[in-house]
Amino acid sequence: MSDTVRPIDQSAARGETLLRVRDLKMHFPIKESVGLRRTKKVVQAVDGVTFDLKAGQSLGLVGESGCGKSTTGRMITRLLTPTSGEINFKGTDIARLKERDLRPFRRQLQIVFQDPYSSLNPRQTVSNIISTPLRVHNLVKKGNELGRVQELLERVGLNPEHHNRYPNEFSGGQRQRIGIARALAVEPEVIIADEPVSALDVSIQAQVMNLLEDLRRDLGIAFVFIAHDLGVVRHFCDEVAVMYLGKIVEQGPREQIYGAPQHPYTQALLSAAPDLGTIRGVPPKERIRLVGDVPSPIDPPSGCRFRTRCWKAEDICATLEPKLEGKPQSAPGHAAACHFAEPKVDLVAEIA
Amino acid sequence: MTTPAPEDRKDTMAESAAEQPAAPADAKRGPSVATRERRSGLMNPSGETPYLVVEDLTVKFPTADGVVSAVNGLSYSVPLGRTLSIVGESGSGKSVSSMAVMGLHDRKRTQITGSIRLGGDELVGMPESDLMKVRGDAMAMVFQDPQSSLHPLYTVGNQISEAYRVHHKVSKDVAKKRSLEMLDLVGIPNPIRRFKQYPHEFSGGMRQRAMIAMGLVNDPKLIIADEPTTALDVTVQAQILDLLNNLQKEFGSAIVLITHDLGVVAEMADDVLVMYAGRCVEYGTATDVLANPRMPYTWGLLESIPTVSAASEKLRPIKGLPPSLLNLPSGCSFNPRCPYKDRVKGERCTTELPELLPVDGAGAHTSRCHLHDKASIYEAEVLPRLG
Ligand SMILES: Nc1ncnc2c1ncn2[C@@H]1O[C@H](COP(=O)(O)OP(=O)(O)OP(=O)(O)O)[C@@H](O)[C@H]1O
Ligand SMILES: Nc1ncnc2c1ncn2[C@@H]1O[C@H](COP(=O)(O)OP(=O)(O)OP(=O)(O)O)[C@@H](O)[C@H]1O
Ligand code: SF4
Ligand code: SF4
Ligand SMILES: [Mg+2]
Ligand SMILES: [Mg+2]
Repeated sequence: MSDTVRPIDQSAARGETLLRVRDLKMHFPIKESVGLRRTKKVVQAVDGVTFDLKAGQSLGLVGESGCGKSTTGRMITRLLTPTSGEINFKGTDIARLKERDLRPFRRQLQIVFQDPYSSLNPRQTVSNIISTPLRVHNLVKKGNELGRVQELLERVGLNPEHHNRYPNEFSGGQRQRIGIARALAVEPEVIIADEPVSALDVSIQAQVMNLLEDLRRDLGIAFVFIAHDLGVVRHFCDEVAVMYLGKIVEQGPREQIYGAPQHPYTQALLSAAPDLGTIRGVPPKERIRLVGDVPSPIDPPSGCRFRTRCWKAEDICATLEPKLEGKPQSAPGHAAACHFAEPKVDLVAEIA
Repeated sequence: MTTPAPEDRKDTMAESAAEQPAAPADAKRGPSVATRERRSGLMNPSGETPYLVVEDLTVKFPTADGVVSAVNGLSYSVPLGRTLSIVGESGSGKSVSSMAVMGLHDRKRTQITGSIRLGGDELVGMPESDLMKVRGDAMAMVFQDPQSSLHPLYTVGNQISEAYRVHHKVSKDVAKKRSLEMLDLVGIPNPIRRFKQYPHEFSGGMRQRAMIAMGLVNDPKLIIADEPTTALDVTVQAQILDLLNNLQKEFGSAIVLITHDLGVVAEMADDVLVMYAGRCVEYGTATDVLANPRMPYTWGLLESIPTVSAASEKLRPIKGLPPSLLNLPSGCSFNPRCPYKDRVKGERCTTELPELLPVDGAGAHTSRCHLHDKASIYEAEVLPRLG
């Protein structure tokens, strides 16, 4: 079944960098009226995000609500035009390309959304939904459309006979598969999956996760996987970037992020994640409890943005912004943005 | 975790487990006292005297398409100071059963049978005016979405004060003092300023705290929390769960916590009840159900979630979808999705509804499954896959 969708260009062997994102920013202008005065302000939704994505790799983006995960995903797929920064896809900076020039790249970079209910047009049949991108990109000869749609339905584990049905005749998990089939139709090299399983029930989540994993393995598609569930990210991603208030505060190989996190925020996130393991004898982990809420991205704290909730903060944290960089003792590729970064190894115990 | 050690369980359990579709005639008054006490399997898995006892609860909604059997013969109990978690897929009846306990269903459109006793008082069939006194006083509910339960046009302080004054004849000043105490108790900084603010001026986590403050203002002995942290970030979720834990320690309330997150269950629950298609399929202490599960659906749930602490193996999803409540499969409701049904002799899985029986012939840990060798299948096949 894996040959129903052609694997991408095999010369793009695993390891080649597909996507180079540099200092990406999205500042949304907003109007606020204070009394009679109207002031212009900006929401610093994403403020300087940098990462590489290699062919076949899966990068997890995690962090609390509003930290800029979706905005990052929408910039990479150019549903948004960044305020500044570079999105280099295989040698071309697409950050500011005009719509006409963007077209070939739109095909390569696909997005799958969180909400399987609102992301599909309820008035179109499944066949229509999936074949529209095929036509737009001239990917299939007239007359072969249905065959290709059925191939794709089969690839994502749906009954090919159901091509004439409407989205409301499918369950949430099935709709998410339709969204994935639509993304696959154009044979993308990168899929941005924005919380693809968050809206699904646990038993259905696993079905969709396994499908994404098969696609990654069989077709070599690279993923930027956005999620707030740390268990799901640990399962799917080999590289993890932790975001806080528009910035990446820690990034590295999965084993490092979960096994020896260095940034206080990553440590707090891991310590707060409820863990089923405890009941099967995994020793309870240390509890770190953050106080308060995430500050507003309109007026973020000076220096280190995490300092208003950080238990390790000192004076320097308010005046000097910490760089995202590897420390002398760090594993290769592991970087944290903290003046006092140090690994904590006892936060998530291993079961096996 | 408390170990289940009730002495006289053996004889009571088997009976209470018997599937007894409530006769329509019983609808108004519930089962008679005599049978109820004899069948009272509803001693808690801990053996302690329960505060809330739900027995043989059935909730049906007549609709244009037919009768929706949302809850079918559900029984459980919660003593003061203990937390019961109800888990299960979307649509399994978690919210409907809890709303029945709170008496929140539209009486005209809902058929409720069985018994719900709170501190000994029967709530099924209680006149609405009496029920209103119990609701908000002896029991309170915290919902997933605080937006929908806080009124947008009244200040947060006003709403908490009013919730207090409904049940206490006190002046506004006294009620305000009490509300400020509550805001402080749930960890809202600067209560005096926050008292005067509207819900939209609160963050999601703070609104959830305000909801809890309002729910707890009358010191309810029973708190039902329906997915109280699902909409919140993990760091805020941890704060709210700690808060519920601390309040329970301080006031000794009974808590029913509805959630689909088994991680939350592991950290919060004393007892766990697994629902599938409107029925309880497994019930016991948290250690019983999560560390020694004895029912294929529970196994499926455990095998399908990636945990923060587990190494990355392939997930094993439960195949298929939950059944329609308009038309439940015959026999065991889980049979269309169950990978073990071939191991049961004959066609029992598809013809005979399994009873909720003690997993080891006695004891308080019960499950609903025809398999004989549940323990050995779990140890030999399921456990190794859990990593
Ligand atoms: N069009 C917009 N105009 C103004 N502000 C915006 C806009 N879109 C997003 N924001 C703000 O930018 C910030 C980042 O939002 P984003 O949706 O990227 O967060 P997220 O990390 O995906 O959060 P979630 O986990 O809730 O999906 C938030 O503060 C959000 O309110
Ligand atoms: N008023 C009603 N009329 C008809 N059916 C209803 C009504 N209320 C609930 N139901 C049905 O009863 C079933 C159980 O719903 P319930 O809300 O208890 O599920 P749940 O377990 O809480 O699920 P979730 O995890 O999605 O909250 C669902 O199939 C639902 O559609
Ligand atoms: S730089 Fe300072 S405030 Fe920021 S995370 Fe490190 S210690 Fe905390
Ligand atoms: S009774 Fe049969 S179908 Fe139901 S869970 Fe047990 S083995 Fe599976
Ligand atoms: Mg988002
Ligand atoms: Mg519910």
